[in-house]
Amino acid sequence: MKARKGLIFTVLIFLAVVAAGAQTVTITYWQYFYESKVKLVDELIKKFEAANPGIKVEQVTFPYESFNQKVAASIPAGEGPDVITLFYGWLPMYVKGGYLQELPPAEFNKAYFDKTYYPFVAESVDFGGKYYSAPTAVRTLALIWNKKLFKEAGYDPNTPPRTLEELVTYAKKLSKFDAQGNLVQSGLLMQPSGQGHSWLREVLFRQFGNLPYSADYRKVSYADANGVAAFKWYTDLITKDKVGYPNFATDDVTAFKAGKGAMNIDGSFRIATLNAVKDLEWGVAELPSYKGIKSNYASYWTHGIVSGTKGKKLEASIKFLKYLTSPEVQELWLERVGELPATPALSEKYKNDPVVQPFLKGLAYAKASLFVDEAGQRTVFVDMIDEVVLKKADPAAVLKAAAAKEQAIIDNFWK
Amino acid sequence: MNMKKPKPGTIAAYLVLSLFSIVMLFPFVWMLSSSLKDATQIFKLKLFPDAPTLDNYRYILFSESSKFPRWFLNSAIVAVCTTVSVLFFDSLLGYTLSKYRFPGKNIIFMLIVSTLMIPTEMLVIPWYAMARSLKWVNTYWGIMFPGMISAFGVFLMRQFMQTIPDDLIDAARVDGRGEFMIFLTVVLPLVTPALATLAIFNFIGNWNAFLWPLIAASKPRMFTLPVGLANFSGEAGSDWHYIMTGAAVAMAPLVAVFLLFQKQIVRGIAMTGLKG
Amino acid sequence: MTLATKRAITAYTFLALPLVFFICVRLGPMLYMLVMSFSDWGLLRKQTRFIGLGNYVTIFSDPVFLQSLGNTMRYAIFGAPAVIAISLSIALLLDLIPKGKALFRLIYVLPYITPIVAVSWVWRWMYLQPPLGVINELLMAIGLPAQGFLNSPDQALQSIMAVNVWAELGYCTTIFLAGLQTIPKEISEAARIDGANGRLLLFKVTLPLLLPITLFLTVMEGIQFLRIFTQVYNMSFQAMGGPLNSTKSAALYIYQKAFTNFEMAQAASASLVLFVIIMTVTAIQLKFFDKKMNY
Repeated sequence: MKARKGLIFTVLIFLAVVAAGAQTVTITYWQYFYESKVKLVDELIKKFEAANPGIKVEQVTFPYESFNQKVAASIPAGEGPDVITLFYGWLPMYVKGGYLQELPPAEFNKAYFDKTYYPFVAESVDFGGKYYSAPTAVRTLALIWNKKLFKEAGYDPNTPPRTLEELVTYAKKLSKFDAQGNLVQSGLLMQPSGQGHSWLREVLFRQFGNLPYSADYRKVSYADANGVAAFKWYTDLITKDKVGYPNFATDDVTAFKAGKGAMNIDGSFRIATLNAVKDLEWGVAELPSYKGIKSNYASYWTHGIVSGTKGKKLEASIKFLKYLTSPEVQELWLERVGELPATPALSEKYKNDPVVQPFLKGLAYAKASLFVDEAGQRTVFVDMIDEVVLKKADPAAVLKAAAAKEQAIIDNFWK
Repeated sequence: MNMKKPKPGTIAAYLVLSLFSIVMLFPFVWMLSSSLKDATQIFKLKLFPDAPTLDNYRYILFSESSKFPRWFLNSAIVAVCTTVSVLFFDSLLGYTLSKYRFPGKNIIFMLIVSTLMIPTEMLVIPWYAMARSLKWVNTYWGIMFPGMISAFGVFLMRQFMQTIPDDLIDAARVDGRGEFMIFLTVVLPLVTPALATLAIFNFIGNWNAFLWPLIAASKPRMFTLPVGLANFSGEAGSDWHYIMTGAAVAMAPLVAVFLLFQKQIVRGIAMTGLKG
Repeated sequence: MTLATKRAITAYTFLALPLVFFICVRLGPMLYMLVMSFSDWGLLRKQTRFIGLGNYVTIFSDPVFLQSLGNTMRYAIFGAPAVIAISLSIALLLDLIPKGKALFRLIYVLPYITPIVAVSWVWRWMYLQPPLGVINELLMAIGLPAQGFLNSPDQALQSIMAVNVWAELGYCTTIFLAGLQTIPKEISEAARIDGANGRLLLFKVTLPLLLPITLFLTVMEGIQFLRIFTQVYNMSFQAMGGPLNSTKSAALYIYQKAFTNFEMAQAASASLVLFVIIMTVTAIQLKFFDKKMNY
């Protein structure tokens, strides 16, 4: 009898193994197209599939500009992904639209997030105690500069400006003009549609003594005297000092890569892009401070599971999501993409890395804006800067109108 | 007949026309020049690059990370399939509407021609709703279906079919051939010039189409060339040397078609215009 | 069954599939749009309700929509006549020259057949501000000041319009030239014998004879400019129709409403408004030229 039981047992195990092998689950993973990230995830998928036989992952990417629209159009129709990486600023919209499902609370609860992530991450993924997503990496802003152009202007290529006052001095000296007075080399690239709007929103406003939003980000409050001063300081760089202007040489990244811009405010995700440019020597520094005040803007992309995913696919998706947020991947992400580990402890060993360090320092005091409509709120900033730069409008009036416009977007979302 | 000296007016005309040709051609020349420059040379505004290179073309056409070959294939599939379908259905419709007598003929013709008044922009929203509910998004069929029959082509083919003598068709009927066979073997060979014109215009139109493919294809591997090109400049800056090379690659097949069939194209344009 | 009935059945068989196509892909969707424009259909909403004229109220109180309508009219009012005037002049010049007509025409038609997306990016590259844009480089070489072009809210619309004029010229020139060649030589000869000089001949004989073609082309080009989308999408920064919405056309507004904001019903209403405008402008043009032709 025993032998027979054993035989049945063996057969059952054998059948189970065969069944598992035959029943391959394929899950679809979406992220926006950013070359270094896409390449890395391709490798991660290979590793993940090797470790988890029976699960196949298909990566699909879309251009940044159309990512949101593809997602919103596909998920309700049930033709979207299982696991998706989205910008944290889109979370409220996704959660409200019912696109994401709650992650299993047994594992993904307040205790877990508080223990694993930076406080600003734990706060911004919390939707009334429910958690819909978890990130791998976070990003902050820093000042990057072109060492060759510093040398040309007679500056020490290893000493960047430390304060906003110094920044203006440097930017002026690093700007070059042709005989007609057209800017041909930008001292400081001014690209509101890139990182410029975040620099103004979370850094400059605060440095000039303004609180741009209420704590829950439902009240816009940057249109006071200090806010106007910060806004004027930013637009003066374009209109008075003429050290740069929006879309100079197509955009800030193109200009910096081409050596047409001496300094830029950019994010840690750009490290891989800039390292790939031949003959470009560049440095990174903490964002310049003002009157002793430091501030920074942090943001992150975060992974969620779409509401329609069920059964075996859901199990596989949770496994994949856990893998993507694992310490191993977080470190690879820093190495290959340049984004910082979302778990503070993991960055310890990079404390002295000259490229990573300035970004890490910023993380300590960074704020992550809570967007309800990231594209819409970004457009408000881009347009208000254009109004002053291109239409010579009065900064105070423009800022007031913009604040009202952004308030309307926020109110419309929460009503 | 005595040899006439060219009049000053004629010389002036040549001069103006030549200057104008430069304006018309310069963008193409600048595109080609830019496509032969590398990432650093591209920012030096020289018509003739210091060190012309084909590396950009190598990258766009052959590198593993370039999606252009796939987009090229997609565009070719879409343009060829819609053109074959349009040729078949439009000539069949044109033939039926000009050579058969049946109740409702004029109403049907008016109905088809009236759809010419509805521009694509009006229809992409319902098409998208349709494609979504039928799961056609990101499929070739999804990109192609609105272009499978062209109302303009029906109008054009009907005009041509009317020039075919009825006797020819009746003679074939007397021979006992089936109606569909008559269409294929007797009628179609007689309208080949019109078919050629329709084919060329339809191919060009579908190769260049932008709005609907932009909506119908969301996955990069289903992009057509224009959609791919429009999405080429991304968050990591604009690689102008690649963009110009991509533009040149997207244009190449059309310029080839154009040079091969210029007579038909010019005749086709003139014909459609004069019909109005 | 009579022969006629048999033939009719054959005809209906041939027509069946294409008719289904035209009803399902053209007429049906148009009707669907009309109906849905009275609803609150949106991709982000789970249910759709009918809200009467609500969408029309919403879009007409949206300053961006009104601006996009204004921009669309500017594209058409300045763009279409420019194409007609320039292409007519070129056709008349081409008609003057004894040799080389075909070559010139070939050069002029080239932009018309190349993909708009590709040429838009080429022009965008050329339009850049110093130190990268070749047009500004040329302007400065002859001592003129550099211009903002696509980066200036006052010039961006004209810059995009110019590209469309450039692209459409060949088409109109070819048709005008074909029209000129159909004018019987006897008419101009007769006028010459009557003592008409070149200018008189042009204004009293040639141009009136070209009037039907001009009418046709004005309508065609008017519609073409009213529908402008691809150029704006590809030539404005991040396809936004900027700077400050100064280049946004109605078609781009509709696209953004539908596929960025997912307000499908509002987009449907906006497209019906555009449709009515296109029809009205066409009707006005037809009427205007009709009077001219009858006098």
